[in-house]
Amino acid sequence: MKLEMKDSPGQLVAALKPISDVGGNIIAVIHQRDPDPDGDTLNVQIVLELPKGRIDNLVSLLKEQGVHIQRIGEERLLFQRTVILIGHLMHTGLSDTVDQIDSTGFAEVTALAMSMPGVNERSSSRITIKAVSREDMEAALAILRRVSRQKSLLLIEPLEDLS
Amino acid sequence: MKVALIGLGTVGRGVLEMLAKKDLGLVLTGIADSKSAFLDPAGIDIARVLARKKKEGFCGDQHLTAEDVIKKADYDALIEVTPTNALSGEPAIGYIKAALNRKKHVVTSNKGPIALAAKELRAMARKKGVALRYEATVAGAIPVMHTLDHGLAGNEILALYGVLNGTCNFILTRMAAEGLTYEQALMEAREMGYAEADPTYDVQGIDAAIKLVILANTIWDNGVKLDDVDRTGIDLLTPDALRLADEGGCTIRLIAEANPKKHLLRVSPRILDKNHPLVFEGTLNALTLETDMAKEITLIGRGAGSVETASAIIGDLLWIRDRYVQRA
Repeated sequence: MKLEMKDSPGQLVAALKPISDVGGNIIAVIHQRDPDPDGDTLNVQIVLELPKGRIDNLVSLLKEQGVHIQRIGEERLLFQRTVILIGHLMHTGLSDTVDQIDSTGFAEVTALAMSMPGVNERSSSRITIKAVSREDMEAALAILRRVSRQKSLLLIEPLEDLS
Repeated sequence: MKVALIGLGTVGRGVLEMLAKKDLGLVLTGIADSKSAFLDPAGIDIARVLARKKKEGFCGDQHLTAEDVIKKADYDALIEVTPTNALSGEPAIGYIKAALNRKKHVVTSNKGPIALAAKELRAMARKKGVALRYEATVAGAIPVMHTLDHGLAGNEILALYGVLNGTCNFILTRMAAEGLTYEQALMEAREMGYAEADPTYDVQGIDAAIKLVILANTIWDNGVKLDDVDRTGIDLLTPDALRLADEGGCTIRLIAEANPKKHLLRVSPRILDKNHPLVFEGTLNALTLETDMAKEITLIGRGAGSVETASAIIGDLLWIRDRYVQRA
């Protein structure tokens, strides 16, 4: 989130305190003194993790501190994995394959790269999936494994643990 | 220490060459190939045996067999290096049992008997008070078993994963580097002598799965079998799949992995970051062990080859000599 506050002592601390009060975890604080013509305000960008449903609480706490919130950008899906699928992807309904992940509500396909060498040849695709949590990602991959088996597709998973 | 050797293929030849070349204090008293055998309690002239094998195609007396060596020769340790039969494990299982019954130590590179009958054979060795060592069965020259037994003694092994088939690693390396199809890369592997005429055993992950079974049984004694391995080979991979992985900063490798807590026993092509320690070129093997104290340990080295495999066998023999024979 991007915050605007008075450029006076103690303001930054006052803006950070409500984040820990609502159980948030600060990942980064980017504090730049932009060449502001008025020179009396300070712009700060804060990257943070917040438990579900706490954002409204945080917003009102910040307002009480006299901090103006310029922008809140939310990344709902934190866990990302990339897999490769090989087989007759179009014949077996690629949109249905993708939809089986998207329709879960907790995971979605966010990128897809595809290569189709010939009409009757097997195609290959790289699919990026994002999910809310580690458990949801495992559940999404389990769905993909099942769909791949049903459609005789070769699913190549990453080796590393979820990050 | 006196040793007898059964099997004069690539591995057997490598062992003999090293016994002849190095002053290891190992005396060869019996030898057998598939057609003949030769016994001499005073010690066999290895150079002469190798020369005869090369010239005539057999090493000794055609009226004698491997059984004669195993049952009659005077030796402390049997080196069993006959070809692997992954289905029955024979005749190697019979050879190993016969030697153990005579209270002789056994060192083998043969995956069949260990994958199929490790529990029984190990119990037999324990009962007879002798050693059964099989370092050479998994990842060639890499001292996996010695690392597990000694270097990591006292650690709990939580999981393991690795590249256990050099042929597949070579094929995947070539597909990624040159954009070759699977068929083209396989043909190249054959020309280089890395792949058999029938590549099924390698490319469908059977060889890697057998090694995984050996490791799992050695570490966790859980009695898993080849059929328990969830196995996918590399023969259906496309050059496009490797290119797509490459575009994402990754590549594809055939990975064998075991994690008993997750009930995982799997050989499958996987996506790995190009900087991952298990991504390397050519026919090498590697294994990462995840342990409670040491955390991750990764071993990389030659997974096959005549002298490389001999290294593992000689390591086992000298371990037996130091532990059992010299003391007695």
